[in-house]
Amino acid sequence: MSADTWIEVGRLDDVPRRGSRRVHGTDPNLPIAVFRTADDQVFALIDRCPHRAGPLSEGIVQGCAVACPLHGWVVRLDSGEAEAPDEGRVPVVPVRVERGRIWLAWSALRMIGPNPEGA
Amino acid sequence: MSDDRKRLVVVGNGMAAMRAVEALLSRAPSRYGITVIGAEPHANYNRIMLSSVLAGEKTVDEIVINPRGWYEDNAIALLTGRAVAAIDRAAKTVEIADGTKIPYDKLLLGTGSKPLAPPIPGLGLPGVHAFRDIADVEAMVAASRCYRRAVVIGGGLLGLEAAWGLKRRGMSVAVVHLMPTLMERQLDPTAGELLRRDLDNRGIAFFTDGQTEEILGSERAEGVVLADGRRIAADLVVLAIGIRPNIDLARAAGLDVNRGLLVGDDMRTSDPDIFAVGECIEHNGQVFGLVAPIWEQARVCGARLAGDEAAVYAPPPVFTSLKITGIDVFSAGALAAADEADEEITLHDARRGIYKKVILRDDRIVGSVLYGHVADGPWYVQLMREKTDVSAFRDKLVFGRAFADQAGAAAVPRIDVAAMADDEQVCDCNGVSKGRICETIRAKGLTTLDAVRAHTKASASCGSCTGKVEAILAHLGGAVAHRDDPAMCKCTDHGHDAVRRAIREQGLQTIAGVREALGWKTPDGCQKCRPALNYYLLCAWPETYRDDAQSRFVNERVHANIQKDGTFSVVPRLWGGLTNARELRAIADAAEKYAIPTVKVTGGQRIDLLGVRKEQLPSVWADLNQAGLVSGHAYGKALRTVKTCVGSEWCRFGTQDSTGLGVKIEKMCWGSWTPHKVKLAVSGCPRNCAEATIKDIGVICVESGYDVVVGGNGGVEVRVTDHLVRLATEAEVLEHVGAFMQLYREEARYLERTAPWVARVGIGYVRARIVADGTGRRALQSRFLAAQRMVQSDPWAQRAAGAEGHEYRPMAEID
Repeated sequence: MSADTWIEVGRLDDVPRRGSRRVHGTDPNLPIAVFRTADDQVFALIDRCPHRAGPLSEGIVQGCAVACPLHGWVVRLDSGEAEAPDEGRVPVVPVRVERGRIWLAWSALRMIGPNPEGA
Repeated sequence: MSDDRKRLVVVGNGMAAMRAVEALLSRAPSRYGITVIGAEPHANYNRIMLSSVLAGEKTVDEIVINPRGWYEDNAIALLTGRAVAAIDRAAKTVEIADGTKIPYDKLLLGTGSKPLAPPIPGLGLPGVHAFRDIADVEAMVAASRCYRRAVVIGGGLLGLEAAWGLKRRGMSVAVVHLMPTLMERQLDPTAGELLRRDLDNRGIAFFTDGQTEEILGSERAEGVVLADGRRIAADLVVLAIGIRPNIDLARAAGLDVNRGLLVGDDMRTSDPDIFAVGECIEHNGQVFGLVAPIWEQARVCGARLAGDEAAVYAPPPVFTSLKITGIDVFSAGALAAADEADEEITLHDARRGIYKKVILRDDRIVGSVLYGHVADGPWYVQLMREKTDVSAFRDKLVFGRAFADQAGAAAVPRIDVAAMADDEQVCDCNGVSKGRICETIRAKGLTTLDAVRAHTKASASCGSCTGKVEAILAHLGGAVAHRDDPAMCKCTDHGHDAVRRAIREQGLQTIAGVREALGWKTPDGCQKCRPALNYYLLCAWPETYRDDAQSRFVNERVHANIQKDGTFSVVPRLWGGLTNARELRAIADAAEKYAIPTVKVTGGQRIDLLGVRKEQLPSVWADLNQAGLVSGHAYGKALRTVKTCVGSEWCRFGTQDSTGLGVKIEKMCWGSWTPHKVKLAVSGCPRNCAEATIKDIGVICVESGYDVVVGGNGGVEVRVTDHLVRLATEAEVLEHVGAFMQLYREEARYLERTAPWVARVGIGYVRARIVADGTGRRALQSRFLAAQRMVQSDPWAQRAAGAEGHEYRPMAEID
């Protein structure tokens, strides 16, 4: 994966601890959820639960996972995988935090764009 | 069977005989070639749980003890749906109804009992059933679907469980009982009266001192007539007046019988090759219907069949509990002092519906009757069984084990797990030793009582050894979760009630503090426990707790209802369902301005704007605020609506100003956070157009005042409210409603609606707290109002003015 282009999307403090903010991309159907854990790790996922496309950014963040608000699937933030017994995966967007600012890998976003499972 | 082992034939596939076979197999697995013949078409099931099947709490599959695979695994030939016609003791064969003869070396009879039927006309009518086996339960369930009224004849254990099951199935139920008080063989008159009062509150009608003379009907049962002339209409009549041993087969075979089939301490009948156990037998003049002595018989019989000639039956103490959700009854041994040498110690708190009695003889417990608070029942049984001298702590005895322990009564015998031998039997019902429990706990890493029960069966039948099993579990380091308070979630073994207690008693102030003090297993908790903890802390410390937005479900965090496409709905509050032209215009304007796709009238007399994008929410709210509209909390575990009818102001039937009262109640209660959503209604007359009887709290106006009803639900499981109290003035209604809200807020578990909560604690308890106890009621109401002062500001207005702005806009937009 070529991740040479990074886009700054905001400051770490823009995202509440154990919370999430959305980033709207070029495709309105594929917003990105940026998560911040209790210990200030940052992750980004396509904001669509693998189950019924619920907005993961509205879920309750617990450890390194988030519970989807629609039907309670729990999705890992680092891998995008649903926790057992559910099965499914949502694409992960590479993310970097430097000097308190959050950067997303733009090339990854474009690769994800047309086909969510194609990345 | 072609092997040369001895042949054991078992007549009866019920609990007693199969328990004896299990006991035999555990000691001598291959001593016999075994054939089991059962008259019912089912595998072996737990007859005690039939009432739970009737009540819809369990399925038939869930009460199977040994499925057919168990018989196969143990090479037992199983013949179901076959009745045995005769025993030929000389030829040593049993003959099945179709003429087949099966030879035996040893025969075990477990033919059980038959329901008693009164000698009255009409017994043969369709719609008349006993309550004895799966077929009876299936017939009763079928009747409950097509018919409305049931009469149960018999107010003993079985009859009351049948009545409750039918009530749960939606029938209107009357119980006819020959004696003046209910369950008179297990309860003394005081406890019997408390029981009657509670069941009466749940809508079961009682006809005590009632002797049934005839079942009426031509095509099917239409009702019953009592000896004193009272008539009760019914489409279903259930006979539950008792049982008698089924000894026809034994008598025909020439075995010695009396009331039951006579057996000795070795469980042998008068023919040494024929054994018998269970409800068909008579031992020392006693016949049996409860499980504990029958399990003991099965244990002795299995041991004897295995060749252990030392096993001897001695009847254990008998105890009873009633399987009616939310009603706690326990009795063991004597019900009252037998003579002047006996002593009774009683505690009777009528207001809270609690009654405890312990009967002493020579400083030993010989009986106890408990109502309303039965947790100490197993302790009393243990003291009784072990014949413990209680003189050192008799003044504390009736207050229960925890109090006696706490008071430092050194003489209270604690369960000393370390001193117990490994082969000491802990669970008499299921024959489980301390060693086996320890082994299983260690091997499977069990940490809860439920898990130990699932894996070992210890304390899973009668529960009287629960204390010992818990002590063993605690000894090995497991957490002891009270079985009535299941663990909150996978993050902890503590139950909701235990957590709330700890918050109050230890003064825990934050979610992190609770997790730390109570040893949470996960660092952050999860979507189940975090919202619950947030609520419990908010309720405990309304003035100081800082709400944790990240522990709220999205709807409560953003003050709107998330829809399946990720958009939200907006429902402004219409006080008591009232609105006006200005508000309607503002709603219409907002719908147009923001192109809101769907506008709908809700079931709670409000208007729902559906399909609002999250970014639009603050502006929509700002516009609605301009017209005076505020949040309706349609998204929260909170006060939702107060539905009203037009009442005396307009309606020709209205008796009071129901609309005005509804508005006053809503003004008092809005903004309150609760364990689950709360819906209210006020109807202006008993026609009840506001449907107050399926609400969490309903008020029904009558000429002389107001009926307050609580605990209703119109959702998945419809529940009609229980009547709380009739009041004369609006001020009293407000005080009782506020107190009820606070009691529910303080004591229900998170996500427990008022309906299951009231069913769990009993309306008697709620009345005791809200109606009987004026001081307590006013204290609850004043705590409610104090909490309300902290929350009654419109969350929409705050957010329209910019609060929590990050919630409503994306962090960034990438082109």
